[in-house]
This record gives sequence, C-alpha cells and structure tokens, in this order.
Amino acid sequence: MKRRWIVFIGKNLIRILLLTICISMVTFALMKASPIDPLQANVGQAALGTMSQEQREKLEEYWGVNTPPIRQYLSWAGDFVRGDMGISLLYRQPVTEVIAVKLSNSLFLMITAWIISGVLGFLLGVVSGMNQGKFVDKLIRGYCLVVSSTPAFWLALLLLMIFSVWLQLFPIGLSVPIGVEASGVTFLDRVYHAVLPALTLSITGVSNIALHTREKMIDVMQSDYVLFARMRGEKGWRLFRYYGFRNVLLPAVTLHFASISEIFGGSVLVEQVFSYPGLGQAAVAAGLGSDLPLLMAITIVSALIVFGGNLAANLLYGMIDPRIRRGGAVK
Amino acid sequence: MMEETKKTWNEKEPILKIENMSIRFTQYDRGMHQTELPVIRNLDVEVRQGEMVAVVGSSGSGKSLLAHGVMGVLPYNAVMGGTITYCGEELTQKRIEKIRGKEIVLVPQSTVYLNPLMKIGPQIRKGDKGIQARNRLREIFRRYELKEEVEDLYPFELSGGMNRRVLISTAMIESPKLVIADEPTPGLDLKVAKRAMAHFRELADMGAGVLVITHDLELALEVADRIVVFYAGTTVEEAAVEDFEREETLRHPYTKALWRAMPKHGFQFIKGTQPYVKDLPAGCPFAPRCSQRTGACSQEIPWRELRGGSVRCIHAE
Repeated sequence: MKRRWIVFIGKNLIRILLLTICISMVTFALMKASPIDPLQANVGQAALGTMSQEQREKLEEYWGVNTPPIRQYLSWAGDFVRGDMGISLLYRQPVTEVIAVKLSNSLFLMITAWIISGVLGFLLGVVSGMNQGKFVDKLIRGYCLVVSSTPAFWLALLLLMIFSVWLQLFPIGLSVPIGVEASGVTFLDRVYHAVLPALTLSITGVSNIALHTREKMIDVMQSDYVLFARMRGEKGWRLFRYYGFRNVLLPAVTLHFASISEIFGGSVLVEQVFSYPGLGQAAVAAGLGSDLPLLMAITIVSALIVFGGNLAANLLYGMIDPRIRRGGAVK
Repeated sequence: MMEETKKTWNEKEPILKIENMSIRFTQYDRGMHQTELPVIRNLDVEVRQGEMVAVVGSSGSGKSLLAHGVMGVLPYNAVMGGTITYCGEELTQKRIEKIRGKEIVLVPQSTVYLNPLMKIGPQIRKGDKGIQARNRLREIFRRYELKEEVEDLYPFELSGGMNRRVLISTAMIESPKLVIADEPTPGLDLKVAKRAMAHFRELADMGAGVLVITHDLELALEVADRIVVFYAGTTVEEAAVEDFEREETLRHPYTKALWRAMPKHGFQFIKGTQPYVKDLPAGCPFAPRCSQRTGACSQEIPWRELRGGSVRCIHAE
C-alpha cells in the first residue's frame, strides 16, 4: 500500500517536471516567434523616432532584443529553478507579486463559475439523459448546442450590453468601484463586480458538462444493469437514485475537474471584455507587450493548476469508485 | 403478492401461456429504406405451476428476446405480436410493469446485469433496509452457502462460483410465481452448470413455474419436465423429457437431428446452418435442411398437438 503511493507520487512529480519544461520551452519559442517588436509595442512608434541611439540601445537591452534566445531562455530557467521568476517588464514589480494579485482576482471568478457550471451542467445533463428524445431533452440539448457554439467573448459583450448598458444593473467593468481607495472596497463590491464575468463563464461552461453528462446518462440507462433493474420492477426516482446517479457521477466528476482548463481558457477572453484585472487579462497584456517573464510565469502557473485539477480527478476517482479503491490499483 | 392473481384462475391451468408470439425489429438500412427483421416468428410455450420448461435453441435463434418480450423491456424499435397469458389473464404492458420483479422474475446470464457500484446485499434487497428483508436475505444466503460477508462485496469482487448463486438470490428474495432464467449456464463447467440448473429445479419443486432459456439440451434434459425446441425464431416442437429417450417418440425432423447430434447417440450432424433472420424461407425455417421436405413446407405450418406434445411440421405423425 505504502509503496504504491510512493510510486504514484513519484510518477506524478516526474510528469509535472516534464510538463513544466515543455510548456516553458513552447511558450518561449512562441514568444520569440511573435512578430511583435517589444520596443514599438511598449514605447510607441513616435516616441521611438525621437530617441537617440543610446537611449534605444538601453531600451533594447531592457527588453532583451539582442540577447541570443537560447542564452535568454537558459538564464530565465536558471533563475526560475532558484525560485526567482524575475521582474515583470510591464508592471515593474516582481512577477510573483503580480501573479498573486491577479490570481486572487481570477480565482474568485473561476471558482464560482466552476461550481455553478458543474452543478448546473450535471443537473441539466442528467435530466436530459433520463428523458432522452422528449421535449425537455430537446430543449436542454438545443440550449447547450447554441451556447457551445457561441464564443465566450460575444456572450460577454451581449450580457454587458443588456445588464450594464441597458438595464444598468451591473458595473461595466473592472473588479472594484472606480475612485474608491483599496481599503474602502468591501467584499460585496467585489462580488457585485464579479457577477457578470462569472455568469458568462458559467453559461459557457454548462453546455459542455451537460452534453457529456447526457451522453453518459444515456449509456447508463441503456446498460444491462439498468435493464435488469427495470425487470426487477425498479423505475422512476429509485431507478435514478440507485442505478443512474451513482454510475453517472464518476465520469461527471472526472469531467468536471478536467474542465478547469476550459474555464481558464474562457477567462482570458471574458476578463478582457470586462476589463477585469485577473490572470487572463494579465496574460493578454504580457503577450501583446512582450513581457517575457510574466507570460512565462502565468503560463506555468495555469498549467500547474490544470494539472492539479486532473490529478485531483484521478485521486477522487480512486476514492469514489470501489473497483479502483478495493481492486487496489491507484492509477 | 397474490393480489394480482384473479381467484378465477385454476391452478391446473398454465401460469404462463405464450401463443403465436412474434417479435420484429424495424431498422433503417441505407438512406430511409426501412426493413423489418422478424427475429421471432412463431413462438408457443406453456409453463405450469411446479413445472420446469426449457426452451432450447442454438445461439442466434432469438431466444433471449423471448425473456425481454415477456418482461416488457423490448427496445423501442421492436414490435411484439401474439398473446401472453399470465394466470389466465392477458399480460399487458401495464400489468407486467406492475408485477415484474415481484410475481415474475428474471435471472440474468451474468453479473454484468448487476449495478457495478452497489453492494450485493442492498442490491438484492433493492435498497430495503428493513429487518424482514435482511433476515430473508440471510436465510437465502445460508441456503446457497454464501457467507454473510458477500453482502458487503461489489459485483466485481464476486468469484465465478458465487455469481450464479448471487444472481438466483435476486429471484429468491421475491417469492415469485414464475421464474425466467436466461441462459443460466454460459461458459460454466459441467459441475457448476449442473448445480446452477439444480437451483432452478428447486424453485420449481417449491411451486413456482420455471422457464429456462438455454442452448444446452443435454443439461436441460437432466432437470426439466418439458423441452421446447426453438429453431430460427420458431418453436418447432414441444415434448416431454421422456420423449427424448428414443428417437421415434420425437416429432420434428430438427429435434430428431438434435437427438442424433448428441454424443451418446453418435454425434451425427446435418449439413447447413441455421438461416439468418433476413434470409428466412417462407413456411418451415428448417425445410432447406430437411430430408422430408415437400412443396407444402413453404406454406404456413400450423402448431398442432401430437402424441401428448406439440409440433410445427406437416409430415410428423
């Protein structure tokens, strides 16, 4: 038992390590291949024209334009391994601080969206799957297909237009009220500002979970054990509770943890639309502004969170499913 | 339990009487072309109280569908014809839904029919936590020599030997009037298979009607009272077990061919294979392989009584 756990943990540590290395290399390569000129992007064409050669050289050094890419990568990696993520070129603050602030903003948004989309998606999927082919099913499926083919940013704009511009129920953007000191911002202010972005993320997240759960539910309802249960006189709520629910919960949990990556991806666009100062927005800013240290760090942190989600799904599966728990194999 | 059974029913009458049952599947071929697959064409079976009847047919003859038809769980694209009478009254969909799992129970082929995420005990009791149900299950487990710990196992933890006894326990807990066993001996070695069949014999001896659907004629002959021979979706003969002692007492050419194919009767086989549903000939499905066939065999063949049994052959006498 103990040995199995050591092997399990060891395997996953190696995986994390390989993942981090690969992700950092790909991000770095993409950044270097980007056609954006850091000087032009951050200083501006006009300002650049008025500068002396000396000033330009200084700036070029600051943005690392002339350093060979491999040396640049290695020096970044060397610092990173020692725990130094560097200074953000755009924010002029240590990357760790920038990420800490942005992440705490984003996490609130993402966790809310994650929970809502999970619970709601599961419910809709189950109802739809249990009533396959009936009106409810068609309605839910229609909704899901429409939503999943709707881009998140477009939905964000739509909500913004309806609720902020026309109805003026919610703020038009940002995570805190404008013109209020940081100490004067209440928790309610933050929730108030997070409602629309979280709603957008939830709505788009629901469809995927619901559609997958529906498929699973249909599989379960057509299984031999449900057939036999029906022959034993089980039906309705009991059939669902003892046979359907249990068997559909497992895949749903895995799916839900795996969907973290989608919420992450969605948040990048949604935060941009709502000018919500979260991780997603920072990633866009870092990407467009050639802020190499920040972008690398954000990418790696996101990757680790997604990896953690998948790992949690694996662990939970082992705990919930008796076939794995009692059968022995921690996979 | 008796509430469903009308007082007017005479106990000498069959518990279950299936007359002229047919099951067709509607399928869409390429495009919108619709075809019908008559998997069961003519099926007649009777089961009486305390009697064990075996429906014997080779695989692919559609015999498992018979069980699904009686239990009212055919897929949506299946259409059933003919009449099923249970205790003297027609067994409608509404009626079977009320009594299945209580008066009429089915014992499935294998543990894939058990919920993989529900422990054996609660599963057999259908979640009933009452003292009565618990005690009853203990009693059944003692009878089948299953340890009490088995109640806490999940289906995947059962050993091969326990499977059969657990599955039959799902029937025993209900005190049924009619038990349908769907292929109770697939892939079991002879000793275990015999014991499994013996359990069903016991249920019949306790007063239930037992209908066993199987491919194993030899095993069926050891425990059943009557044999119904099923070929390509049609029941061709119904005979008492004693009729199988000699070839002459049998009625249908296919049954006789089966008899001759048994190891102790010389292992002789006849040419050809059972036709696929789509290529069924009109009239007698066995005609293409039959040495006695005449032109009249492609007509509709009636199910008639003959020498205390029944047969669907115009040449049998």
